[in-house]
Amino acid sequence: MGLFDIFRRDRKKNTANVAKERLQILIAHEHSRAGAPDYFPEMRDEIMDVIKKYVAVDDKGLNVKLEKGDDYDVLELNITLPERR
Amino acid sequence: MSKVIVVTSGKGGVGKTTTSAAFAAGLASKGHRTAVIDFDVGLRNLDLIMGVERRVVYDFVNVINGEATLRQALIKDKRVDNLFILPASQTRDKDALTKEGVESVINELKTDGFEFIVCDSPAGIEKGAFMALYFADEAIIVTNPEVSSVRDSDRILGILQSKSRAAENGDVIKEHLVITRYSPERVDMGDMISLEDIVDILSVPLLAVIPESGSVLQASNSGVPVIMDIKSRAGQAYMDMTARFLGEDIPHRFLDIEKKGFFKKLFG
Ligand SMILES: Nc1ncnc2c1ncn2[C@@H]1O[C@H](COP(=O)(O)OP(=O)(O)O)[C@@H](O)[C@H]1O
Ligand SMILES: [Mg+2]
Repeated sequence: MGLFDIFRRDRKKNTANVAKERLQILIAHEHSRAGAPDYFPEMRDEIMDVIKKYVAVDDKGLNVKLEKGDDYDVLELNITLPERR
Repeated sequence: MSKVIVVTSGKGGVGKTTTSAAFAAGLASKGHRTAVIDFDVGLRNLDLIMGVERRVVYDFVNVINGEATLRQALIKDKRVDNLFILPASQTRDKDALTKEGVESVINELKTDGFEFIVCDSPAGIEKGAFMALYFADEAIIVTNPEVSSVRDSDRILGILQSKSRAAENGDVIKEHLVITRYSPERVDMGDMISLEDIVDILSVPLLAVIPESGSVLQASNSGVPVIMDIKSRAGQAYMDMTARFLGEDIPHRFLDIEKKGFFKKLFG
């Protein structure tokens, strides 16, 4: 499939829907970062270092999210552990 | 009671100034004493869109610096009663607007009996945009059906909800979405994000949809707010917007493809 096929297919596929999907993903991502305290990136790195001491995970395997609630915020840590053999 | 309303968007060139001029003229034409302030320091434009550029003597920053009184700087519109324009300064000094200065001007407008104070925000999410939104009671978010505009609207909403004076006091700014340059034909072809999708993504109540219309350019050429072109679709949509803002229950128009007759196709 050549470069131009991508455009041709997208045209048929309806680019407005592509725009909507991209926006939904991007905005959800930006919201999960908004309002995070300044120490957040550093804390994330330190947590990552501790985990790496025990398990062989890479940076892509760690997802840290701060969810804003009405009364309290939730810090969510998602760690993908290496595959079991 | 006076209300401070910011017209904002994050992204530039989406129709903030067009909307500010039309909306302020609409409010005034309905009998409400209205002032519209150009916050775009260094890039004054509202005066041109409203056709008062030759009557600018003093500006917003002159008033803040005590070089002129508010009364001297306010330009009274000659076509619409109750309508006053406060032009932006052409200074390059980005720090010309201070919180204290802006607050004192807004307070003076309030004691002068202005019912509505419309703040035309500059583009961006920096100081100028912040000054325009900081004292707002309500916000009009101007969005084009296009990815970068929707994303920037979302960012400016975040700032309204966290950095405004209302937010600092634990209050909520009432938000209104105005989608401009909308083209039902292109939505139908699948080329343009639909208004339903934009409302869905931003989750802000929809105040108005302004169609893409050549009359906007004609209006700005002549220095007449497009709302005064009562025959144009954009003008009518802005009139509906104003009435809806004031509490009237009016259905949205110009959302579907206009069935063009033969002559409309030729001359439309
Ligand atoms: N509904 C519309 N239809 C067609 N052109 C429009 C419409 N609204 C705005 N425009 C045009 O878009 C450009 C930017 O508008 P402006 O109000 O100056 O935007 P902003 O203040 O957000 O930078 C102008 O050239 C204006 O004529
Ligand atoms: Mg502008």
